[in-house]
Amino acid sequence: MSELTREETEALIQEVLEVYPEKARKDRAKHLAVNDQSIEQSKKCITSNRKSLPGVMTVRGCAYAGSKGVVWGPIKDMIHVSHGPIGCGQYSRAGRRNYYVGTTGVDTFGTMNFTSDFQEKDIVFGGDKKLAKLIAEIEQLFPLHKGISVQSECPIGLIGDDIEAVAKKGAKEMNKPIVPVRCEGFRGVSQSLGHHIANDSIRDWVLDKRDGQPFEATPYDVSIIGDYNIGGDAWSSRILLEEMGLRVVSQWSGDGTLAEIEKTPKVKLNLLHCYRSMNYISRHMEEKYGIPWLEYNFFGPTKIAESLRAIAGHFDDTIKEGAERVIAKYQPMMEAVIAKYKPRLQGKTVMLYVGGLRPRHVIGAYEDLGMKVIGTGYEFAHNDDYDRTIKEMGNATLLYDDATGFELEEFIKRIKPDLVGSGIKEKYVFQKMGIPLRQMHSWDYSGPYHGYDGFAIFARDMDMAISNPCWSKQTPPWKKLPEVAETSELKKVA
Amino acid sequence: MAKLRQAAIYGKGGIGKSTTTQNLVAALAEIGKRVMIVGCDPKADSTRLILHSKAQNSVMGLAAEAGSVEDLELEDVMSVGYGGIKCVESGGPEPGVGCAGRGVITAINFLEEEGAYDEDLEFVFYDVLGDVVCGGFAMPIRENKAQEIYIVCSGEMMAMYAANNIAKGIVKYANSGGVRLAGLICNSRNTDREDELIIALAEKLGTQMIHFIPRHNIVQHAEIRRMTVIEYDPTAPQADEYRTLAKKIVDNKNFVIPTPVTMDELEALLMEFGIMEADDESIIGKTAAQLAAEALAAA
Repeated sequence: MSELTREETEALIQEVLEVYPEKARKDRAKHLAVNDQSIEQSKKCITSNRKSLPGVMTVRGCAYAGSKGVVWGPIKDMIHVSHGPIGCGQYSRAGRRNYYVGTTGVDTFGTMNFTSDFQEKDIVFGGDKKLAKLIAEIEQLFPLHKGISVQSECPIGLIGDDIEAVAKKGAKEMNKPIVPVRCEGFRGVSQSLGHHIANDSIRDWVLDKRDGQPFEATPYDVSIIGDYNIGGDAWSSRILLEEMGLRVVSQWSGDGTLAEIEKTPKVKLNLLHCYRSMNYISRHMEEKYGIPWLEYNFFGPTKIAESLRAIAGHFDDTIKEGAERVIAKYQPMMEAVIAKYKPRLQGKTVMLYVGGLRPRHVIGAYEDLGMKVIGTGYEFAHNDDYDRTIKEMGNATLLYDDATGFELEEFIKRIKPDLVGSGIKEKYVFQKMGIPLRQMHSWDYSGPYHGYDGFAIFARDMDMAISNPCWSKQTPPWKKLPEVAETSELKKVA
Repeated sequence: MAKLRQAAIYGKGGIGKSTTTQNLVAALAEIGKRVMIVGCDPKADSTRLILHSKAQNSVMGLAAEAGSVEDLELEDVMSVGYGGIKCVESGGPEPGVGCAGRGVITAINFLEEEGAYDEDLEFVFYDVLGDVVCGGFAMPIRENKAQEIYIVCSGEMMAMYAANNIAKGIVKYANSGGVRLAGLICNSRNTDREDELIIALAEKLGTQMIHFIPRHNIVQHAEIRRMTVIEYDPTAPQADEYRTLAKKIVDNKNFVIPTPVTMDELEALLMEFGIMEADDESIIGKTAAQLAAEALAAA
């Protein structure tokens, strides 16, 4: 379907809002907008980071999800205890595809679930004794762990367990850090506050641990911040930085270790991929340690080249030359990828609905393939994310914040994009409508998508989704045009 | 079988709820009623006069030892004392940790599931912690639990504030369930015109002062022996007071949705009885030094 004009998009928003009761309509209207690149500040056109309305089928998570699932969970040599009843820990176990190397259960613990498994008596009498006991057991059973984080589930905030006291005492006894995280699910409006709380707990309990300690620095030390190594993303990013001559001291937090996190204040530049979940700690390091930070984008060759040059701009000519060398090396490969897939994907339209970064960061990668993103939205972004999105999206495209199930379905039904990029909850809804969908949280169990290597996989996957022959076979034979059916019937008889 | 009547006793902390409840229950047992007391207070001191014990093993205390409530049997938590009175304490955490309210909810659910409310039982009394600080302590007045509430009070300002606040809590649940205010029990502190004052408060709340229990040392004498007055000295006039209260409760038909009063109305009532003086607006917010200076200037 051809793209909508500004008027048509506005009319579509109005039509979708129609079904809501008045109060809900008024609220939702603020979260839907037609993009206008001339707007400087997104707050003039869209509201974000507000409480979802009851009954609208939001797909947001909670503060615990943001802390345990996103920020802390991938730090592989620590044990992350889900403190509270069993479900939060069990259903967030190994759910994200943060790849890591190591021997699970021995020196790495990424896919395991550690929980205090609360029962009635723990609520009534408090869970701190149980927490102290399980910390001691962890030390005994998994002696190679490097530290523990205590991820608070909702009841902890209600019954007032003093997890800080337990953490301090336990840390002293075993001489390893224990970090209490107050990420009770009821705090905030989405997982976003959980990211912030997790960042703050790293700031307060981890980051200053090696202040004043010797460190063999080089002028080219950087850290990767906000890459969760989904399907190996951080690895395909890291090699590019290393190839251009930088030394990657730490990876936050995909395939990351506690030691790396502790050493981050020693680097020269923080490279921030997921701004939404880790800008807080980057700003803190800028203030306290004077480390500048730079947002970069490793989706698609155009953005990668731009980012590599921007990163090199912070260093001397060795690195600048290194960046050019890397770009020159991979550019022909990328051209080959584009030559292969662009003819099939040229002009295809995409609508995105993802978390807090990808709704804007993957636009360039689609554009490299000749595709166009005509609608995008975030589950839990803030307005600084939309400020950055307005420039990336074309005029008159559609923006939706914390989209409801109904809105997303209606928008996609009407706009009929050639591809939807979203999550597992959306996947089958839209595929059953006959619209190809790629999961953009988990890369649909593929990946990596970051870096030059990632782009080749990204391009292949998008082509696989769109060009799959199944989409042309949706109409069953008995619903095809009658004369066609009849002729084939006749042929059979004959 | 007679229909089971469930009553909850509320009132300001220290007003004498547990003592009054146990003496009342003993009086009921004396006339052959089959009664159970459920203590809803982490201190677990609602049954000591019936059992002659310090504090009985509580549901939550035993559950913590056994691992979970599911591991308990009814016999483990229920003791039988004077006059065949069944006694249960919900129990709960030490001050400052965990959630005592959840303990009450868990304990009462356990009693229901285990069939503690058997067919022979005629009365259940819930003796509830002084301040209804959260949903857990409202458990006894929520659906299918206590239908009648008695508030123990005396002619003191804070006791009456508390009574009024409890009435507000009852209104909240009266509309969704069947809970009703059944009367004020005045546990006398020997203040002036105390009975008149409580009768006046009861009227304002739309209820009755069901009984006025005079103050008597024998209650304390019995208590240091961990006994009720009924058991310690059945011939004492104070025992008759509890017997009268018991009889009035048996015959009570006066169940209302209370009409709590505003702070201003309550203060007006207290002023009428000389318990509270009208605010002297001229002294509000003035320090001792300022007042001294003013006094000096006036002189």
